[in-house]
This record gives sequence, structure tokens and C-alpha cells, in this order.
Amino acid sequence: MANERHTLTALVDNEAGILARVVGLFSARGYNIESLTVAEVDPAQSTSRITVVTSGPPQVIEQIEAQLRRLVPVHAVTNWTFATGGIEREMALVKTSGADQAAAKTAAAKFGARILDDRGQTTVFELTDSPARISSFLETMRSLGLSDVSRTGVAAISRDTA
Amino acid sequence: MSKSDTLAAAPKPKQEAVSLSGAEMVVRALKDQGVTHIFGYPGGAVLPIYDALFADNGITHVLVRHEQGATHAAEGYARSTGKPGVVLVTSGPGATNAVTGLTDALMDSIPLIVLTGQVATHLIGTDAFQEADTIGITRACTKHNWLVKDVNDLSRILHEAFQIATGGRPGPVVVDIPKDVQFKTGTYLTPDDVHHRSYRPKTEPDASAIARAVEMMAAAKRPIFYTGGGLINSGPKASQALRELASLTGFPVTSTLMGLGAFPASSPQWLGMLGMHGTYEANNAMHDCDLMVCLGARFDDRVTGRIDLFSPGSKKIHLDIDPSQINKIVRVDLGIVADAGKAITEMVKLWKAKEKKADAAGLKDWWAQIERWRAKRSLAYEDSEVLIKPQYAIDRLYALTRGRDLYITTEVGQHQMWAAQRFKFEEPNRWMTSGGLGTMGYGLPAAVGVQMAHPGALVIDIAGEASVQMTMQEMSTAVQYNLPIKIFILNNEYMGMVRQWQQLLHGGRYSHSYSEALPDFVKMAEAFGCLGLRATKPFELDAKIQEMIDSPKPVLFDCRVDATENCFPMIPSGAAHNAMILSKLSEASVSDEGKMLV
Repeated sequence: MANERHTLTALVDNEAGILARVVGLFSARGYNIESLTVAEVDPAQSTSRITVVTSGPPQVIEQIEAQLRRLVPVHAVTNWTFATGGIEREMALVKTSGADQAAAKTAAAKFGARILDDRGQTTVFELTDSPARISSFLETMRSLGLSDVSRTGVAAISRDTA
Repeated sequence: MSKSDTLAAAPKPKQEAVSLSGAEMVVRALKDQGVTHIFGYPGGAVLPIYDALFADNGITHVLVRHEQGATHAAEGYARSTGKPGVVLVTSGPGATNAVTGLTDALMDSIPLIVLTGQVATHLIGTDAFQEADTIGITRACTKHNWLVKDVNDLSRILHEAFQIATGGRPGPVVVDIPKDVQFKTGTYLTPDDVHHRSYRPKTEPDASAIARAVEMMAAAKRPIFYTGGGLINSGPKASQALRELASLTGFPVTSTLMGLGAFPASSPQWLGMLGMHGTYEANNAMHDCDLMVCLGARFDDRVTGRIDLFSPGSKKIHLDIDPSQINKIVRVDLGIVADAGKAITEMVKLWKAKEKKADAAGLKDWWAQIERWRAKRSLAYEDSEVLIKPQYAIDRLYALTRGRDLYITTEVGQHQMWAAQRFKFEEPNRWMTSGGLGTMGYGLPAAVGVQMAHPGALVIDIAGEASVQMTMQEMSTAVQYNLPIKIFILNNEYMGMVRQWQQLLHGGRYSHSYSEALPDFVKMAEAFGCLGLRATKPFELDAKIQEMIDSPKPVLFDCRVDATENCFPMIPSGAAHNAMILSKLSEASVSDEGKMLV
């Protein structure tokens, strides 16, 4: 069966070792992690949201969800890929270098990237967008003096009211 | 398991707050949880807890000789009583020695609470003496684990540890307690004060799923109940419900290694164990059935054989308390997430209420087919008057222990399979074996745990001479606590299953599978203060077994058996259920793909 890309989010207790539990689960069972983000979302309840982008055949994706739900500090697991109302966003910091930065700035403006730092021979851009569009942005910048990249990985949320 | 997104507030003590030291809290929490026995080994980082145990005589502490022994003893205790097993060990090597038992308990879903000492909180991360990253090491082999950094969290975590170890699909947990936390004073919460904020495993079956299952069963022509260890974990009511459901439907019943005893082996509906060394009738019935009702089993590779040829024509129902097991290995037509006892009881109720009848004509033909498979007598073997055949030894052991209050543990290998094939269990909780992990050395300490829980019972570890040497030192524990366990060694001077596979797959090149330099087990028994017995000829076996049973002491029985006997029947690796070998191995019977498998 063909691999599918899925974005899973887990609402978890923000406790020591929770990230290691999630990552350990993926490595122990041989699942892929394409990106992973984690941050506290509710300090009062001390919960964090972990967003994992993974790929695999449908049966494996189903197993990953079920195995994540088995972890005791995991409260809920959602697959935003199936849910119609999922929104995925990622941020990238992109540095270009070279004598002429004008072409890079023009291209970046078309993607809606912001300039965070401009030192004449180097420019740092920020772009927040879908992972696919960020990849396309990087592809464009590669021929325009791209010298460094930092991507955050995906954060995802539902469009629905609940 | 269903988990709520809305979180309960932190627990508040209902009763007047009690101040205790961390070490006192441990003892108090164990007693409040109804613990009467713990298995442990002291060391620097648990001395305060041992001091608290010294001051309190409400708990029996069993001093083992190695921490692995403590974990297996606790497993035997748990499996034979239905209660959780509790272990207390020190930091560093104490904790790492417990890892095999933790993994064993995780694979076989045995509830264990393992308390480990840890170096003082300010020393954590400094490579202190006897420091190990216990939480990191045991994360992969526990259902959950905790490092307690604040004494005020300790009692809550201890009670949660019991809830999680015993709730839902049972499993082992570790609570790692730094030494300074054991000394500090804090507020003690009782079990009633503590409810885990999110862990709520689903145990009640969906009525619609039960209804569908009953319809599918009523429509089946060639059904089979494939039962597993979940029925044992669910408690005796699950076994009772299974018996009723089997009696109502008239369906044949087979079981995994872990489920033996849930259904009485004396029933004509019993097909024996299934899987790699299961009976011909059980495996062929699994292959040819039109409805497979899996109750508390997990489609383990020892059971399924080659997965793409597994029971190709059947509809499948899978009942499991762990949602992640449904569709993990085999896609099923109906998944039921629930406690096995509750779900089977509901099936029985609905079957009766709707006055369902099984397909009598279909079942008649099905049973006729099963009888033809049975007629192969797949467990038969060629007996000898000169050598003790291991099968004969098991049969005599079985015959001579009838009418006894009997518990059997095993090590891992051929002897384990012969015991599983030939011992007939009528009740749950009587059979303790390492199924998932296949831990050689499990049986002897497990017998210690079982005997601790059942002082008057006859507890026999059916062992191999290789396995038993792995945890032999626990004989000393048995002597110390007057535990008259019987270690019945089928001594073939080989790691028998390894030798069998080398014969089958590696051209008879018996690389390092011969048990050289064996100890004299009789002298060894005597050195430990046990009774040592040896039988080398079939004619002397009965009297020696009787002597073993009658002895008030722990006994090591060196039963010298035919060294080259192989365990049959067998599904070779990579083959389907209907491709069993009944006897005589040849390398040609294993595919190249099969040779890659374990």
C-alpha cells in the first residue's frame, strides 16, 4: 500500500519525559517522523500539544494513532489530515548571501516573506505558510544565494468551533 | 481507551492530612493498596524504605538472590492470584537487573509495580555511584513510569501506579524514588483521594458490537473461538462466561499459550493449543473456519504463522481491551474494545435473550471434519523402554499430580511446549509461562512467587537444564522461606529448541547449543539444602516423581531424557496453518523467507 502523509496532534500532560515517550514510540516501532513540534498550550492545565507529521500506509497510520493513545499522559489524538477542517502551518527562517540581494528580495516578496534582517550582503527572511509552499519558496531561493535554513516543523489546528 | 480532554483538578485529601516520611509513605501506600507480599533486594538507595519495612511487620518481604528473580517471582504471584505483583529494588544495577522481568511483564500483560531507589535528586545526572537513568531505560519496557522529585507527589504517584498497572490492559510500571525523597516528610494521600486525571480505559462493550457478534456467530457454519491471555487477566468470570458461551453455541475452542486454563481441557469442545507447536486440529480449524472469534488474544506471530495465508476464508471478530490491538496484525470484520469478561457475558445474555441457535447442520459437518484432523493424533510420539522420552516424563508428571492443588510454571524452550501440549488445565491462573518475551529463567523464580501466594499448593517448574541455570540462585530463596517448589528439569543436555532449529535450518551444525560442563544437579540441590533426585530410565520415573511430590522440601529433579527428541507438531517459520509438520524435520520444509524469521 502506498505511503500517505498525515499530520497528527496529541494533547498531552506537560510532564518530564513526555517528548521522549512519543519519540521513543516512533523509533521503537519503526514509524517515520517527518517533523515534530511541541509546546505548552494551557499552562493552567499544564498540557502541551505535540504535532507530528508522519508517513506510512493507512494501516500503519491507524496503528500510530492507536499506539499514541495508549501512552498514559496522552489525552487525545487527532488526525488533521482526515478531519476536513485542519489547518497546517510552518515557519521558516531563510538566509541568502551574495553581492546582489535584490533578486532574492523580489522573489521573497512574491511569496509574502518578511525581511527580518538586512545587512547588504546577507538577508534573513521569515515565511509562515503551508509546508508545501515553504518547500517551494526554498526551491526558488536556492538559485538566488540561499545560504541557510531553519524550519519549525508543522503546527496544526482544527477550523471547527469545538 | 477513551480519554477526556477536560481535566479534573488536582486531587485534594478528603481526610485529615497525614504527615509521613517518603519511606513511610511507601509502606503505608502498599498496605492501603492491599499488598501483603513484596519481592525485593536492598541496596544503598532504598535503605530508608527497608528501614520503614523493618519498623512495620504488616508486609512479608521476600528476599530474592537477583533482582530479575524478584520481577519473575512477582509475575508468578500476580498471574496465580489476579493481584498485582510488587517489587522493591535499589538504584543502578538493582534497576537494570529488573529490566528483563519488566519487559516480560509488558509482553504478557502482567500487572507489576516496581519501586526502584534512585540517587538523591541533587546527584541525578552526575554519574553518581549506582546511578542509572532508570526512567529512560525502563520507558520502553513499562506501561508507564515516574521519577518522584517531590515527596508531596509520592503517595499520589504510588496510588496512580496501582491504577495504571491493573487498569485496562494490565502491565508493569516503575516508580523511581530518589533517596532524599524517601527521607523527606510530606502529606500522604489515601487511595480514595487519588484518581488519575485522564486514564480511563474503556471496559464496557458497545451493545451494537455485541449484537453484531451474536448475529455473526448464529450464521457461522465453521466457527472457532480463538482465546488468549486476556481471559486470564480479566478474571475467573471471563473463563466462566467463555464456558457458557461455548456450551450455548457448541463451537470448538482453541487457545494461545497464555490462555491455557480459561477453557477446560477435558471438554470435548477443546481442540488444544494452537500455533507453531499447537495441535493439527486447532491449526487446521483456524485455517478453514468461516468465523474466527478472537477473545483476548493478539494474533501473535507464533499463532498466525504466515500472515498472508492466515485463515483466508474467514470473517473475524476481535475482542480486546487494548484498542491498538484491533487491526494491528490482521484486519478484522468486527472489533470490540472491552473487558473480555464483560463482553463475553453480554454475548451470552444476548444469545439467550434472542433465543439464537447455532447452525446445527453446518456445525455437524464442521465437527466431523475436526474429528478427521483429531484422528491424526498430532501429539503422539514414539515411546522407548530404554530412554525417558520428554513427552513420557510430562505425561507421568501429569498423571501423578491429578487431584492436587497444582500450579505449573515453565522456563522457555522445548520443555515449555511439551508442557503446554500435554498438561491439561481445567482452570485459569494455574499456568505461568513466559509467552511473549520467551524469557529463559522465568519459571524458577515464578514458582517462588506462586508458592508464596499459595503455601499449601503443589508448585512445579517444568524446566530445561539450560533455562534453569539462568536463575538457579533463587533455590536459595525457596529454602529461606520454606517454599517446597519442585523444579522438574527435562535434561537433554542441549538448548533443545535451539538444537531443533539448527537441525532444521542449519544443516545439523549444533553451534554452541550443547550444555557442556553441566553441574551435578543432585549435588547442587543438596548444596542449596534442597532434595536432589535423578531419573535416567523410564521404569524408575514414577517412584522418583512420587518422592518429589511427597517431599516437604524444595526439590531439584534431574530427569535425563532423550537428548535428540524434537518438538512436534510444528508449523515451520513462514508457513501457513495447514502446512504443519507432524514428525521428522527436513530443511526443505522451510522456505528461504521462513529462514529469516525467528
